[in-house]
Amino acid sequence: MDAESPKPEAMPVAATADAPLLRISSLTKRFAGYVAVDNLSLDIHAGEFFALLGPSGCGKTTLLRMIAGFETPDSGEILLNGDNIVNALPHQRPFNMMFQNYALFPHLTVEGNIAFGLKRLGMHASDVKDVVAQMLALVQLEGLGKRRPDQLSGGQRQRVALARSLALRPKILLLDEPMAALDKKLRESTQRELLELQRKLNMTFIIVTHDQDEAMTVADRIGVMDHGRLEQVAPPRQLYEAPRSRWVAEFVGDVNVFEGKMTGEEQGRVMVETRDAGTIIVPKPQGADDGKTLCVAIRPEKIKVSQRGPVNDLGGSAAINRLAGVVADVGYLGNATVYSVKLDAGAMLRASVSNTTRLDADSYQIGQRVVAWFVPADCMVLEQ
Amino acid sequence: MATRSIGQLSPFNVVALTLGLAFLYLPIAILVIYSFNASRLVNVWGGWSTRWYAELMNDQAMLAAAGMSFRVAAVSATAATILGTLAALALSRGERFRGRTLFSGMLYAPLVMPEVITGLSLLLLFVAVQTERGFWTVTIAHTTLTMCFVAVVVQSRLGSIDRSLEEAAMDLGCPPAKAFLYVTLPIILPAVIAGWLLAFTLSLDDLVIASFTTGPGSSTLPIRIYSEVRLGVKPQINAICTLIVAAIAVVIVSASLIAKMSSIRGESAAPL
Repeated sequence: MDAESPKPEAMPVAATADAPLLRISSLTKRFAGYVAVDNLSLDIHAGEFFALLGPSGCGKTTLLRMIAGFETPDSGEILLNGDNIVNALPHQRPFNMMFQNYALFPHLTVEGNIAFGLKRLGMHASDVKDVVAQMLALVQLEGLGKRRPDQLSGGQRQRVALARSLALRPKILLLDEPMAALDKKLRESTQRELLELQRKLNMTFIIVTHDQDEAMTVADRIGVMDHGRLEQVAPPRQLYEAPRSRWVAEFVGDVNVFEGKMTGEEQGRVMVETRDAGTIIVPKPQGADDGKTLCVAIRPEKIKVSQRGPVNDLGGSAAINRLAGVVADVGYLGNATVYSVKLDAGAMLRASVSNTTRLDADSYQIGQRVVAWFVPADCMVLEQ
Repeated sequence: MATRSIGQLSPFNVVALTLGLAFLYLPIAILVIYSFNASRLVNVWGGWSTRWYAELMNDQAMLAAAGMSFRVAAVSATAATILGTLAALALSRGERFRGRTLFSGMLYAPLVMPEVITGLSLLLLFVAVQTERGFWTVTIAHTTLTMCFVAVVVQSRLGSIDRSLEEAAMDLGCPPAKAFLYVTLPIILPAVIAGWLLAFTLSLDDLVIASFTTGPGSSTLPIRIYSEVRLGVKPQINAICTLIVAAIAVVIVSASLIAKMSSIRGESAAPL
């Protein structure tokens, strides 16, 4: 492969960890009336699988299109290995894009689509044939090379698009919502294959998605975007367990949020008197002062539900939050049951309980009094 | 999808189909039949004969007019296809510019403009610039007339193409001009060909604009036929009209066969 590789440069390796492969610096793009990307800076390292996650209209696709060269930023720089490529045209950038609708050329066969970029390089016909065969094997489409795109299923088209964008061995592969058109089961298996492929080829992938499960599954790091800004850039686990803001906590996964004021401190923990869920003990946040308004966030799966609550404070070592209430709604999801508990203090709280056995011994009915409890360490304290 | 034979259609559909086709093709059928009439009188049947075709071959004026018409149609259709395709590209692919809607509307105006007005204004123009009227003035006039038809046909095809196809071509190493050549043009080619055929037929058919813009000694076929018919319908006219119908039928059938062949070939094997 390397002998015929269209781009003679060696594959990027993660040897120089400090120097990013791609550096986006103060990038801004305005469209008539609104700012799509707002003074955004980001480093992408070689060999990384990076996901841009955000609600629709947050500017993630615009950012990807600026990296590909389809949009020109109003200000800012895009540096590839230190060289500013912000004025380079799409065909001059060593990136390839996999489009959301795949953008397969309808007048060409599968082979013709994959060979398109190779031919533009002036590659010898027999070499083109070899690379096309390799790519077809890579995406497991051997034998379908003579078909036209309209004779393929959605999943097959997606693979052709992937093979076409990988054929040129781009320095970075850009994927714009690549699985939006696939059904759930196919999407999950495709995500796994994409991840395997990225590791096998040791390439740098940037994926744009609004599906947080997809981002969590495939990405080494996730950048959460909103209103043209990066809210947080972190590995999936950190993003979920230590979100930087209330917005990130609410966007990534499900969460209960209670607003309150700090009232006291003991042994590295603080008491927060919430507006509608009583007093909650949480780990002491950095730079916390008495009287400051805070948000206490707790994921539903961190909350246990029982009829009476735990016996004691486990020898005083761990203060446990107990919130009494009445079951208001039960949502059965198969693997888990989500209880909505109307707390006596007024708030509604969601608790997700894993259904670990086939017996329904732990189930509660609507109207039943329960205690929802959780340890302070599972609480996240966030700025408003 | 199962194709039904005509016998399986409902009686209503059979009647509708028959009446519709008769309405369209009965006059042409009568024309064709009477072109083989042995009698000199147009409305009297005198048995089968091909004598009018033989006489047509000796009618130099008529043959010259036919040659002129086909040359005008070929040149003006080609020019109109190039200009019309460029106009369609500018309107659907260019940057949004001020007055674009106005420009777009103005392009379509000749579609609804009475031919008399188009013809007259072109005549005034040619007189104003003191051009000698003949082959080139008719060709220019027909290009003006047919260009907007080509633009409409090509623009509708362009509108159905996903912009990301061109972006994908650029992403895979094509400068914008090559992206057009390798991706956009092959996809719009059927519309471009259809536009050319439409322009060719419109030019061949036109009497009004040609009458305004032609000069002495360079009549097109419709002008020639019209002036002959004013002196009474001669059987030769039937013969040449039959030939034109046959020529157009051959063009249309071969065009649809080419389209069908290329789609069949695409299914089995297409070159890389």
